[in-house]
Amino acid sequence: MKNKIKVLRAEQNMTQAELAIAVEVSRQTINAIETGKFDPSLPLAFKISRLFATSIEDIFQDE
Amino acid sequence: METKSTKWEKTSKKNTRHLAYWTGGWVFTLAIASFGPIFLWKSNMAISILFIVINTLIGIGMILMNRKYINGLDEMQRKVSLDAMAIALGVGLVGGLTYSLLDQTHVIAFHAEIAHLVLLIGITYMIGIFVGTNRYR
Repeated sequence: MKNKIKVLRAEQNMTQAELAIAVEVSRQTINAIETGKFDPSLPLAFKISRLFATSIEDIFQDE
Repeated sequence: METKSTKWEKTSKKNTRHLAYWTGGWVFTLAIASFGPIFLWKSNMAISILFIVINTLIGIGMILMNRKYINGLDEMQRKVSLDAMAIALGVGLVGGLTYSLLDQTHVIAFHAEIAHLVLLIGITYMIGIFVGTNRYR
């Protein structure tokens, strides 16, 4: 699954570690999601979308 | 934001530390229960039973702590752990029964020891964690 997390993070000048803190996962998990190696669960996807005030569909796209 | 991070990370580290204590305690009491009758209390049945009960109780604590540890991981770490456990369980089951068959049919010259199976499961789990962690890196 593709996603725009890296772009959204850059727009808010946020590091992977800061995002990990905000959604309560490890930095490695954020990195794996960003690179498309790991697909987040729905609750985690909701947390990320709430944080960036963007809908899930706008952040995650099915490949 | 920082408080949350500290809390999650602290809980995760605390769970890891507690699991290490429980595992260490279980291994230690297992060693006492195994070698005590020979070196410490000269096969006194009551003391042997006492240490076997203590070891079993600590073992139950270790199992519960392991469950708490797994539940405290984030979802990717949990997936890596579950994949590693699934492989370790499969290898333990298939490898254990194959090993037992080799012993029963006298293909191997020595007895199939349970310790070898525990070692196989442990090594398989560690390899599973290593491979899983690297896959998502």
